[in-house]
Amino acid sequence: MAALTTTTPRTAAPGVLGHRAARKLAVLAVLAAVLVPLAHLRWAGGTWPEALTVDLSGPLGAAGDWIIDNRDSHPLFLYFFGHVSNAVVVSVRAVYLTLLAAGWAGVTAAAALIAWRAAGPRLAAGTTAAFLVCGLLGMWVPTMQTLALMVVAVLASVVVGALLGLAAGLSDRMDRALRPVLDTMQVLPAFAYLLPVVLVFGIGVPAAVLATVIYAAPPMARLTALGLRGADKEVLEAVDSLGATARQRLLTARVPLARKELLLGVNQTIMMALSMAVIASVIGAGGLGDRVYQALASVDVGAALAAGIPIVLLAVVLDRVTGAAGGSLGQEKRGPRLWLYAAGAAAATAAVALAARLRGRPEWPTGWTVDIAGPVNRAVDWMTAHLYSGVPYIGGTADWAGRFTTWVLDPIRSGLLWLPWWAVLLAVAAAAWLIGTWRTALTAVLAMAAIGVLGVWKPSLDTLSQVLAAVAVTLVLGFATGIAAARSDRFERLLRPVLDVFQTMPQFVYLIPVVALFGVGRAPAAAAAVVYALPAVVRITAQGLRQVDPAALESARSLGATSAQQLRQVQLPLARPALLLAVNQGVVLVLAVVIIGGLVGGGALGYDVVFGLARGDLTTGLVAGAAIVCLGLMLDRVTQPAQRSARKGAGHGTA
Amino acid sequence: MARRRTPTALAAVLAALTLITGCSAADMTRQASPFAHARGARTVSLAVQSWVGSMANVAVARHLLEHELGYRVDVVQIDEVPAWDALSQGRVDAILEDWGHPEQEQRYVEDKRTVVPGGGLGVTGHIGWFVPTYFAEQHPDVTHWKNLNKYADRFRTPESGDKGQLLDGSPAYLTHDKALVKNLKLDFTVVFAGSEAAQITQIKQFAKERKPFLTYWYSPQWLFEKVPMTEVELPPYKEGCDADPDKVACAYPHTPLQKYLNADFAKSGGEAAEFLKKFRWTTEDQNKVALMIADQKLTPAEAAKKWVDGNESTWKQWLS
Repeated sequence: MAALTTTTPRTAAPGVLGHRAARKLAVLAVLAAVLVPLAHLRWAGGTWPEALTVDLSGPLGAAGDWIIDNRDSHPLFLYFFGHVSNAVVVSVRAVYLTLLAAGWAGVTAAAALIAWRAAGPRLAAGTTAAFLVCGLLGMWVPTMQTLALMVVAVLASVVVGALLGLAAGLSDRMDRALRPVLDTMQVLPAFAYLLPVVLVFGIGVPAAVLATVIYAAPPMARLTALGLRGADKEVLEAVDSLGATARQRLLTARVPLARKELLLGVNQTIMMALSMAVIASVIGAGGLGDRVYQALASVDVGAALAAGIPIVLLAVVLDRVTGAAGGSLGQEKRGPRLWLYAAGAAAATAAVALAARLRGRPEWPTGWTVDIAGPVNRAVDWMTAHLYSGVPYIGGTADWAGRFTTWVLDPIRSGLLWLPWWAVLLAVAAAAWLIGTWRTALTAVLAMAAIGVLGVWKPSLDTLSQVLAAVAVTLVLGFATGIAAARSDRFERLLRPVLDVFQTMPQFVYLIPVVALFGVGRAPAAAAAVVYALPAVVRITAQGLRQVDPAALESARSLGATSAQQLRQVQLPLARPALLLAVNQGVVLVLAVVIIGGLVGGGALGYDVVFGLARGDLTTGLVAGAAIVCLGLMLDRVTQPAQRSARKGAGHGTA
Repeated sequence: MARRRTPTALAAVLAALTLITGCSAADMTRQASPFAHARGARTVSLAVQSWVGSMANVAVARHLLEHELGYRVDVVQIDEVPAWDALSQGRVDAILEDWGHPEQEQRYVEDKRTVVPGGGLGVTGHIGWFVPTYFAEQHPDVTHWKNLNKYADRFRTPESGDKGQLLDGSPAYLTHDKALVKNLKLDFTVVFAGSEAAQITQIKQFAKERKPFLTYWYSPQWLFEKVPMTEVELPPYKEGCDADPDKVACAYPHTPLQKYLNADFAKSGGEAAEFLKKFRWTTEDQNKVALMIADQKLTPAEAAKKWVDGNESTWKQWLS
């Protein structure tokens, strides 16, 4: 979250903007006047012209078969991927066995000691409680499996990310080459990463870990580069004047100065890795994610929640501890004391683990578990039974969903499909150019065109219609809640834990209650997306409003503006960059869940990816995955303000 | 995008690995799960699919393997087709319920010989179209496909628009429904629930309100006990009538469900492999366990224990 506080430079004054916007639109109009008749003459018709598509099913299918047939014989697999896969298996196994050997007492003690050192006694107590709750819920072994996978994935992500970040931080050319790639990777839905990895590694832990690394490394790389580049010029000059070599300069000045960003990067990497660890259960990650996934199959929300709570706890603990470690930088006394502490902690852990083992209890005692599945399921049943339909006056949730589908989703979808393809491209170009630069507009248009070329124009527009509808709802609710939170401290304090939970709860957990409330179809997918994207939008809005210059507010008040006037005429315009950022984040997060909505009847691209994964049908899955990538790219560019600041996934940071 | 920068990252890993391993070959198709055989335990890993019948098989097998034979059992949830690949690679040791995948059988059993058949499960599976019995009783003629169009407007939902809704489930399951709707000229749209969980939830909600619905469904399935459903008669199945997926215009076959084992496991899996080969029970037994899991919300382990306690004569034969 801290990354959000770096404010975006404010855009130009409204007058200039209006002028410029008109000019941009005029240019577009001229372009359209020339190109549209040409396009129309050549390829008439509303939907993307058949002649401009490329059918990839032949080559992709052949590639998939080739990989399966040659995976155990071709040198590429034997000498390269095989070793990668082997290294992952060996290291995950090593961590897992260590955790098991330490036993529940040892692991809890070690975690508490680390938390104490990094963040003080309160967080240490919280960490202990969190681990004990994981055990109490009967989830000790799955928690350890997830933890083992996480440790390996996070370490690999941090190393890969830091190396890439180092390259981008030191070389301008690398920076120019890497930045757009990293930017893009951050806005892509996790689901899109799964198939390419599965294609090569097959279902299992290696594929899950690698997908997690690919997903979680970019924030580390970005923040590393940012930290290195942001180093204070004067300090660097001072170091230079002392005659330091390039290496000395890097190690003694630039890296230490970037420590804050580096730790923030680690924090973000952990959060993203954890959210991916759950989604990767679809490709055999095991652990907690798998428990959630299995519980879903038997429509058991309670059991899904029992596995979801440890994930939330892990996320909150890891986030707070790494966040506190980042915050306490500067006043830290390093050197021998740290090593002493580490040695002491290790000894204490070993002692605790040994003590537990001598009492014959390395594993979590079977009697010490609490069953929450029963009560939770009863509560969910009651809720769905009473809210589904026939509620007096306002109608049941099923009626809302029906109306939302018929009056919102259907018109948007048929409207988009009715528009000629070139009109969609023009609209994308106009939207992207108005708030961004010609570069972002060009990327957005090319991404949209790529979707057409891939031959998935229709399902992509279907997905797009769901995204638009869900984003609209998210923004209305999010801005309203954000404004309320910015105006009342008490409300914000009440809201904070709720937002924390919803941001870290695996989306899989609330897919089923959403179906029970809204039926199967696009409406539940949209509802789940709203739930997921809302916290980030609320947070960014509230934060943006609170950061408005108090002097501006004061002067408005002295002029006798009412509270509503202050909000409308001072706070909201001044918080415009934050609001735009909220829109951007909202769109990106909504897209991620609308895709997962393929599991509850959302259809379109999400269904195609699920289908591809479930049937091993690479053609459908990869094409849909590529279309999702393009859609994500387009949506991000269209909502991207001209100057992108160092913001990163508000959807994941919870500090 | 993801692939563009993977090579650089992986190249570094490769360099490191080459140093460590001294250039030997590593066959990734023979790498077990990192969670297997932890601390010297004998482990078996079983693939479970998303439907509850499959969970019932696995739960009972797991209970007996753990309590009677002293194994540690890892259960991995994988969809059907990827499960074959995982089985071939040895990431799972056995699939206990396979609904027939000729293409995979050809590839893994005949060509690569990494998978061997493990015998029948004793349960016969059947896929079909179903309407709720309460609706079929009021309108007996709905149970023939020729009359479906007459009722199409009764099956409408917001999702299906102006056509009737045919509810389909998980994308993992074999279905010809789109082709069937087209070839039989039915006034219906196939709506994919995307997962069995979503489909069941929706069916239960419909049943609670006693609304008519038409759904793709299969037996054995515990939901029949909760929501009685009647099958709609489709043009009869003939051998080979489903050969071309686009031209299918006939019902789904009755399939005796099969078990498959990883070839190495079948050879050297000891007691566990022998036990899994002999594992064979009836549709009723499977349903009993499935119902306990899905409806009474017992954990699979509890449900399996209950069944095992009451059916000793059945499972004793599997261990002999």
